[in-house]
Amino acid sequence: MQPFISHAGLAAAMLQDNINTDLIIPKQFLKTIHRRGLGRHLFHDLRYREDGSEEPGFVLNREPGRSASILLAGVNFGCGSSREHAPWALLDFGIRAVLAPSFADIFHTNAVKNGILPGVLPMESLRALAAHPGPLEVDLAAQRVRAGTLDFPFRADPWARGVLLEGLDEIEQTLRGIAPVEAFEARCRETAPWL
Amino acid sequence: MSRATLYDKLWDSHVVEARGDGAALLYIDRHLVHEVTSPQAFEGLQLAGRSVRRPDRTLAVADHNVPTTDRHLGIQDPTSRLQVETLERNVQDPAFRVPYIPLLDPRQGIVHIVGPEQGFTLPGTTIVCGDSHTSTHGAFGALAFGIGTSEVEHVLATQTLVQKRARTFRITCEGSLPRGVGAKDLVLHLIGRIGTAGGTGCALEFAGPVVRALSMEARMTLCNMAIEAGARTGMVAPDEVTFAYLKGRPMAPAGPAWDQAVAAWRILATDPDAVFDRELALNVDHLEPQATWGTNPEMVTSILGRAPLPSQASSPEAAAQVQQALDYMGIRPGQPLRDLAVDAVFIGSCTNGRIEDLREAAAVLRGRSVAPGVRVLVVPGSGLVKAQAEAEGLDAVFLAAGCQWREAGCSMCLGMNEDRLSPGERCASTSNRNFEGRQGRLGRTHLVSPGMAAAAAVAGRLADVRDFL
Repeated sequence: MQPFISHAGLAAAMLQDNINTDLIIPKQFLKTIHRRGLGRHLFHDLRYREDGSEEPGFVLNREPGRSASILLAGVNFGCGSSREHAPWALLDFGIRAVLAPSFADIFHTNAVKNGILPGVLPMESLRALAAHPGPLEVDLAAQRVRAGTLDFPFRADPWARGVLLEGLDEIEQTLRGIAPVEAFEARCRETAPWL
Repeated sequence: MSRATLYDKLWDSHVVEARGDGAALLYIDRHLVHEVTSPQAFEGLQLAGRSVRRPDRTLAVADHNVPTTDRHLGIQDPTSRLQVETLERNVQDPAFRVPYIPLLDPRQGIVHIVGPEQGFTLPGTTIVCGDSHTSTHGAFGALAFGIGTSEVEHVLATQTLVQKRARTFRITCEGSLPRGVGAKDLVLHLIGRIGTAGGTGCALEFAGPVVRALSMEARMTLCNMAIEAGARTGMVAPDEVTFAYLKGRPMAPAGPAWDQAVAAWRILATDPDAVFDRELALNVDHLEPQATWGTNPEMVTSILGRAPLPSQASSPEAAAQVQQALDYMGIRPGQPLRDLAVDAVFIGSCTNGRIEDLREAAAVLRGRSVAPGVRVLVVPGSGLVKAQAEAEGLDAVFLAAGCQWREAGCSMCLGMNEDRLSPGERCASTSNRNFEGRQGRLGRTHLVSPGMAAAAAVAGRLADVRDFL
């Protein structure tokens, strides 16, 4: 996984609350057996009209949204389905950080596992950042987001921060230290043999 | 003197080792796998040359993406077929060898219905699946939660997961449920109270006399929708109802192991003096049948109620959100819910696709007819539910009323297969999500109980099930 230390890029603002994973990537795109290629379907129902043409008013169909690598969103971002296709679609589009007042639990984990930073900021800060025309700099090491004269601290879950800064492969880490798992299984054969 | 909650006991008994930053490596006892969220996980294992650590703790079945008609013809949609075939190939891979219930097996069905039915789901276990509604299994006193595909891969490779401890939140339900009001109404009402993010970071425990009096199937409905309150999981302490449900199930312990297991399960319940991070008491004596009016499950009210007025919202932002939801749903501010004519009715899903749900719907439909022009899909949650319903003659009730009687699968809950709403169609649905486009692009979903869905089918509009009992 690509580490996330600091990232500078343009931001797209979708500040409504409860943006769910059905909206981020609708069901018809979950039939894929690959992780890549979902970027063009990101926010499909908002981004395209019935005939497949672009919806000109949608934020990702206009600059700077079209070139955005940072998404600013409302509370409870990523609620709903556990589909990891949501962060895959964001990443494939080019999004490396989502900044919002809060995240749904499963999306939060899925994002981190794909090297996307879920950063927590209050809505007032997000509104100020959304009004800023140029690129933002999201500095995970310092936990600050800067843009021109704006400079806000953000919260990142300590586990998420550690995984992202190191680009940690947790499967590799667990397999390297498998002895405690083996010991647990041996104990379990005694205490819960019916499993 | 112990003061642990059910959640504490489940968590503490599964910690393999502490990881930094408040996280722990948790042992996973049971892993359910389906076709949509597993292909990339198996691919990851293949690329890294890894195998499945405990195939014996894993059970796979295709459900999301399967046809509910003419199944003997195979899957017509080529991308859906490829996804199911990929699962079938993966479970047979010599490095994986995962037990699999094939599409034409009578046990096939929705993972969250199959797990309990087979006795794969057991109290005191940790259960995961790449599906948010895994919280369903918490009804057995298990720690059960949905995960993403990277985590599916982690579990397949290591039989563990890195997790953070949740906060504990007890919902104590007091009183008694009035006639025509059930677990679905209770959980919709709860989500309306605490909101779709009201349980974020929390493990909900449903407790109190109302929950104790619920059947296992109703408890599953309750826990199933914990995720819609944003909670990581929902759970109910196991009791005699749980044990009676499990005894004799194919994968449940038997003989002396059964007695040993039950003895261990009896001490899982929350200790009397345990302290929760949050508590909420709900009295259900006056609860009315619920129906959602908007585009997330907290946008819910009594069937006797009306859509809200944006002008009465708490802030301009909230007013805009209400207005946006009403516009999408094609509802006027203040419109009575019982005014809303439906085009379709969906009875099924991991929320309400079990035999008791079908009995509840059939009780309303028996001797009545579906209103003209309304399409009604009845989709059993598993092949075994279907067989049971047919043995009881429920299929005949549904067919005589004018409903469609289908094969088991997720179907119109998410519309990954052909079972979808057309733009603008309004549906009374026993499923779990009323998000924009969930059941089909521009489709309009009203979440209700099975009895309410059946009442809507007969009335041709949202209706009060109590008028049909």
